[in-house]
Amino acid sequence: MNYFQLFNLPAKFDLDLTELGSRYLKLQKQFHPDQHSSGSERDKLLAVQQTANINDAYHSLKQPLMRAEHLLALRGLKISHEQRSFTDPLFLMQQMELREQLAEIDQSADPDAVIDTIERQLQQQKKQLLQQLATALDSETAEQDQQAADLIRKLKFFFKLQQELELIEQQLQD
Amino acid sequence: MLLQIAEPGQSAAPHQHKLAAGIDLGTTNSLVATVRSGEAKTLINSQGRDMLPSVVRYTADSVVVGDAAMASAVNDAENTIVSVKRLMGKGYNETLALKDKVPYQLIDQQGLVAINTVQGVKNPVEVSAEILATLANTASETLGGELNGVVITVPAYFDDAQRQATKDAAKLAGLNVMRLLNEPTAAALAYGLDSGQEGVIAVYDLGGGTFDISILRLRRGVFEVLATGGDSALGGDDFDHAIVGYLQQHTGEAELSHQAMRQYLTTARSIKEQLTDSDMVNFSLPVAGSQFSGTLSKTEFEQLVAPLVKKTIRACRQVLRDAGLTSDEIVKVVMVGGSTRVPLVRTEVATFFATEPLTSIDPDKVVAIGAAIQANVLVGNKADGDTLLLDVIPLSLGLETMGGLTEKIIPRNTVIPVARAQEFTTFKDGQTAMALHVVQGERELVEDCRSLARFELRGIPPLPAGGAHIRVTFQVDADGLLSVTAQEKSTGVQANIQVKPSYGLSDDQVATMLKGSMQYARQDMQLRLLREQQVEAERVLEAVSQALKADAALLSAQELTNINQALTTLAEVKQGDDTAAIKAAIEHTNTLTDDFAARRMDQSIRNALTGHNVDEV
Repeated sequence: MNYFQLFNLPAKFDLDLTELGSRYLKLQKQFHPDQHSSGSERDKLLAVQQTANINDAYHSLKQPLMRAEHLLALRGLKISHEQRSFTDPLFLMQQMELREQLAEIDQSADPDAVIDTIERQLQQQKKQLLQQLATALDSETAEQDQQAADLIRKLKFFFKLQQELELIEQQLQD
Repeated sequence: MLLQIAEPGQSAAPHQHKLAAGIDLGTTNSLVATVRSGEAKTLINSQGRDMLPSVVRYTADSVVVGDAAMASAVNDAENTIVSVKRLMGKGYNETLALKDKVPYQLIDQQGLVAINTVQGVKNPVEVSAEILATLANTASETLGGELNGVVITVPAYFDDAQRQATKDAAKLAGLNVMRLLNEPTAAALAYGLDSGQEGVIAVYDLGGGTFDISILRLRRGVFEVLATGGDSALGGDDFDHAIVGYLQQHTGEAELSHQAMRQYLTTARSIKEQLTDSDMVNFSLPVAGSQFSGTLSKTEFEQLVAPLVKKTIRACRQVLRDAGLTSDEIVKVVMVGGSTRVPLVRTEVATFFATEPLTSIDPDKVVAIGAAIQANVLVGNKADGDTLLLDVIPLSLGLETMGGLTEKIIPRNTVIPVARAQEFTTFKDGQTAMALHVVQGERELVEDCRSLARFELRGIPPLPAGGAHIRVTFQVDADGLLSVTAQEKSTGVQANIQVKPSYGLSDDQVATMLKGSMQYARQDMQLRLLREQQVEAERVLEAVSQALKADAALLSAQELTNINQALTTLAEVKQGDDTAAIKAAIEHTNTLTDDFAARRMDQSIRNALTGHNVDEV
């Protein structure tokens, strides 16, 4: 299913999220099972399936990584199913360093300050990669699509790190 | 404007006002409310009160519900069931911790928890059905007719088993449940429609037995639940038990009989209530033939419950994190549940969210009022599109994978309805069956999660390990109830299960209970089933005819002929009294029109968004 088509929006990475949100609400107002509560069993079932699709589409387009993956999938490049190994020694080295920093947070004298520093670092890296991703996806060439797939893989590392950082922060607070 | 796709089903009686009620089935008290002349109000029962104590007393030959049952709570504690909500959808083993806290006898009924009474063994579903039937009675008497449908509220934190149990209880009470609604969402509805407030609000709901915290966004009539959290085993009752502990320390009575426990609890509750407005309370309790007198100050009380209140604030922090928000983004905080009257609770909540919480609607009634508003919408008394509620699932749903680990298929706080699929492959050469274990919860290990269902997919073609691809689809409906399908991709063999949680009741059990219950012995089940099918046939005929009128162009001539034939047959069969034949004719019509319906849906989605400026939305 083409999620962009569902919302009648251009299939581009640079998406107007406010517009997406209001179209989502419009579709929900029409197809949500609550609007069919006095319909037949089949109407209700269809409404559930349709709304589930709409929810899934919205969920996927809202998040930049999933939106990028969906764009690539529409262009015939499936990231989760291809087994291309990915070698960028510099990147892997950087990841290892960041992981070490995470592991050492609880031993530091001022954990909050360390968390803030790492957080800023992660945000900055993510922002850069997302910009590169946008450019790669916009050019719509097979070569740039491969480049985009690599960027998505890299970004996944950063999102994972971010999650772990939040978990550490949470544990420190409790 | 909105497309008229919802019209066929609603066209049966467009102008007839239908009777609907919202029910707050609470741990301590229950209420029923309805919308009349545009205003939602709780209904007064024959005792002149709107609060019905959620208490059921069984005597040898009768069942008493509410205040009258409450009156016997001390002298017939063993047959007077209080706080039954805490037992809903629970296995016997899960209730062991409650065993010492409740004065009635919990027993193991094939893994399920049940209660031994003078009238025999009663399960929580039956007890709750008595409360629901009493409330429905109040509503039909006040409104002067049978209810067309009800909305029942449940704590957001209720899992699948607890939701299913609540639905079963309503079925047993003969009610048509249009929706299970999360309590905090109901409260937000009550406030939201009242004030036309826009923005992000938090609902802090500290009831008798559960704590829920929900974050909602309100915009243009849409209520979007962003995140929900809480603790299903923390509530005002725990405040009472903390006071009981204090009382026991001072009276020196370490062991309490059921009857004494009831007395201590009543005293504790009264102390708690008095400390809302005063700084010091005197109490007296009978100890070994004489009377023990003492005092409890507000400061001491606050020390006793501070750890409990802290726990709720921790949950607030967590849920904000889940919603990706900070506390200063919350424009309003709604307070729900009698326990939010405790001053310490109010000040702690005000401090955390840095805003004075809303208390203008009675915190005991706000949930029932919200439920009534939603019931009024769902029954069709309100023009559709006015308000819409987008809710989320409170707990993650997943499957057990190798090594007893959980693989989450749908993470918590996902908007429902939702369908998600994941592919799995076979583990051994020539494997022809696969066992699936559906679990609910946030923990990594299956043993720490709630087991919902187990089922097997058989008939997988024998292939080398990893050769067969099995697609498992989870679908959650608008009530938050789950169904799971597993399909092998090359052969299409399929197995599915409507998740009847391990602790829920099967349809057969419910039917047996229905037949057995005195209330429905008179009703002819067969006739009821026939009527249901006739009504459904009527709906299908109406819906398909309307659809043909609008979109026959989407069909080939042959398809159109086939559908028309099916409609003629259905209309004929419907006149008769052969339930099975009507059902078969409905299914036949549905099969023939499946594609048609899908094509119409696709077309209307396209139409909904083309040629419209968003400003018109």
